Amino acid sequence: RWRLFSDLLYKHNFSEIIQRASKIFVSHSQITRLYSRFHSLDKGENGALSREDFQRIPELAINPLGDRIINAFFPEGEDQVNFRGFMRTLAHFRPVEDNEKNKDPSAGEPLNSRNNKLLFAFRLYDLDRDDKISRDELLQVLRMMVGVNISDEQLGSIADRTIQEADTNGDMCISFSEFIKVLEKVDVEQKMSIRFLH
Amino acid sequence: MESYLFPFDNLLCMLLGISFTVWFTLLLVFIIVPAVFGVSFGIRRLYMNTLLKIFEWATLRMERGAKEKNQQLYKPYSNGIIAKEPASLEQEIQEMRRSGSGLGGAEFDMSDIFYFCRRGVESIVDDEVTKRFTAEELESWNLLTRSNYNFHHISTRLTVLWGLGVLIRYGILLPLRVTLAFTGVGLLVFLTSIIGLLPNGGMKSFLSEKVHLMCYRICVRALTAIITYHDSENKPKNGGICVANHTSPIDVIILASDGCYAMVGQVHGGLMGVIQRAMVKACPHIWFERSEVKDRHLVAKRLSDHVADKSKLPILIFPEGTCINNTSVMMFKKGSFEIGCTVYPVAIKYDPRFGEAFWNSSKFGMVNYLLHMMSSWAIVCSVWYLPPMSREEGEDAVQFANRVKAAIARKGGLADLLWDGGLKREKVKEVFKEEQQKLYSKVLVGGEED
Repeated sequence: RWRLFSDLLYKHNFSEIIQRASKIFVSHSQITRLYSRFHSLDKGENGALSREDFQRIPELAINPLGDRIINAFFPEGEDQVNFRGFMRTLAHFRPVEDNEKNKDPSAGEPLNSRNNKLLFAFRLYDLDRDDKISRDELLQVLRMMVGVNISDEQLGSIADRTIQEADTNGDMCISFSEFIKVLEKVDVEQKMSIRFLH
Repeated sequence: MESYLFPFDNLLCMLLGISFTVWFTLLLVFIIVPAVFGVSFGIRRLYMNTLLKIFEWATLRMERGAKEKNQQLYKPYSNGIIAKEPASLEQEIQEMRRSGSGLGGAEFDMSDIFYFCRRGVESIVDDEVTKRFTAEELESWNLLTRSNYNFHHISTRLTVLWGLGVLIRYGILLPLRVTLAFTGVGLLVFLTSIIGLLPNGGMKSFLSEKVHLMCYRICVRALTAIITYHDSENKPKNGGICVANHTSPIDVIILASDGCYAMVGQVHGGLMGVIQRAMVKACPHIWFERSEVKDRHLVAKRLSDHVADKSKLPILIFPEGTCINNTSVMMFKKGSFEIGCTVYPVAIKYDPRFGEAFWNSSKFGMVNYLLHMMSSWAIVCSVWYLPPMSREEGEDAVQFANRVKAAIARKGGLADLLWDGGLKREKVKEVFKEEQQKLYSKVLVGGEED
């Protein structure tokens, strides 16, 4: 009943969590802030977030792609995401400049590289994870973004045009490499980054 | 054996008797009598200043402790932890398209989802609404375990101080406050019932006013509430409605100890019900049955009737409809602004350093909350009476409500939000998502017409 006890529990595990987390997010203060946020979203206080916990955020609930974004946090077939998973997904949005501070050659490609940011966006379209965006998947996302305001025919022609422009190998789907090509001039690093104030 | 204990027993009884008498006399002289006459000795302010010095010292020690371990103290920032661009949906998407394919205003671009994606993740990291429903985080520690985030930086000296604090708060302050609370409420019920026996008239209103003020003042002291009233020349007058931002049930006590209001609320059972029935005998308050609350016309009619009668006291209403954590003001429900009388806005801002006044009703029940209140150091707040406002020509109730809300937010230094306080418990309405979809569709279709 008293918030006291669960808070104390969180605090004792905290230094461990920071240790492990600093491989993903370098800054201690950012990790602390994210942990505090995780804790405040975790209404059930069981150390993991469910989809309902995300949907409780009004600004996310009114986002047309809200459900897809929430899905990105949950690994295949799972209903709960722990703090590590929470941070890994958010790490995609670290600004690219941050990597200058963490030159660990064994770490492999960082989560917030341009490539990985594009892959994150690609997966928002590619629901069945077959590494291709089909016409249906594109239509689904379009429908989520426009609601009831555009007719099926118009939407269909928009989808067709988009695939035509992007598709280079003629399979009427957009693969990840075709996706990258279409967006090569877009400043992905800036548009898919979140800057902490402190 | 028994004869050995007897004189000791007698002595104990005598001591207890004396200490009780002394305690009650002190209580009477220093608290109840001033409450009756509305005077203050300034003891509470002295107490408040002493506490502030102790808190500053505690924070310095923690900072020192943290520096020794080469770590940083966790400092909460309620103004937001990430940078958010204020640009609108259209602006951002057009900008993205222009920089990408060089064709501004063209049809759908696969990069359009970046906008929604980033906005979505930004709201996951930090959103404007959910943080308003939990207590505000403090920048310095106030020796209450419930508000500490830097637990591992506490030294022995601080722990001793904290322990002392616990003893004082639970051993001395809490029993004192509980006694006062019972006295205040008891007197209120008793005296208003007596006044109810008098015939309606000037004498009755005069006495009722005095009794209400006196009992509320005792309750204020029961919470060790240190209140500063500003701009008292704007105090609400008869025939008007007083609106204020809502943080806790204590708001009522704070406002009612400085002026007389007609309360509005649902009829409760139990102790609350007893108090309500007693109060309404002395002067007209507006209590609604549970079933009547849903009927908006009935509610509006009763409020208008009350307001039309100039001999009745101004109505006190909290248009947010729920408790918000005092860092922002949320959407005002338009019901009270449709009535068409003068509105007297009041801004209430609590100082969270001495005790968190916000009632998180999803986490704590009423009894738990009152216990928290009475075992904090004090409740310190400022009340600003704003100049009266009326609905202007061509303004509808919603615009008027927003205007009043903006004035209150500005005066109290609170964030002005358009979100509904009801989001504490309910899901956001689909219509807001539909608005976002409409905006985006305009960008798509608008491009086609070029």
